[in-house]
Amino acid sequence: MYPDPRVSEYVTRHFVPVRAHVKEQRDEYRRLSERFDAQWTPTILMVDEDGHERHRIEGFLPVDDFLSQLALGRAKAAFAGKDYPAAERLYREVLEKFPSTDAAPEAQYWAGVSRYRATNDAAALSDTSRAFRERYQDTTWAKKASVWK
Amino acid sequence: MAVTSTIQWQHDFDAALAHAGADRLVLLDFSAAPM
Repeated sequence: MYPDPRVSEYVTRHFVPVRAHVKEQRDEYRRLSERFDAQWTPTILMVDEDGHERHRIEGFLPVDDFLSQLALGRAKAAFAGKDYPAAERLYREVLEKFPSTDAAPEAQYWAGVSRYRATNDAAALSDTSRAFRERYQDTTWAKKASVWK
Repeated sequence: MAVTSTIQWQHDFDAALAHAGADRLVLLDFSAAPM
């Protein structure tokens, strides 16, 4: 993952990268793995400025999948911070840049929720439900959106 | 390896957290990869 220049560029641009290595930083690894209940390597957490975990990746992923998860984490952090326009923009970025990844249907769902939160317009949810009838029909996220007819 | 080195990994989580912000999360990598 990290040797790919797209990954290293994305990480450098959008994150403060910290590595806790199971052997090289043994004490810090133990302390942080207990704090965040990390039980496997690789486990990659996205943590906001208040120390709250906003997203987690467990196990290796190919580059596009990994990048999509990093973007998803940024979107989740914006949503948690109630910056719904930014959250929607970031979720739609996942959809546009990584449409074939597992993150895409999740991003489509939460983009709709973000727009609803930003506008209080229920059309954002019905539009999202309609979008799931065209794409990602066979996903859990489509089932969740199916109530917004 | 040359490209990998472009990520400047820190090893002090608390210090890194102090540099985080609304647009910049901490990416905490629990790793067992060869260094």
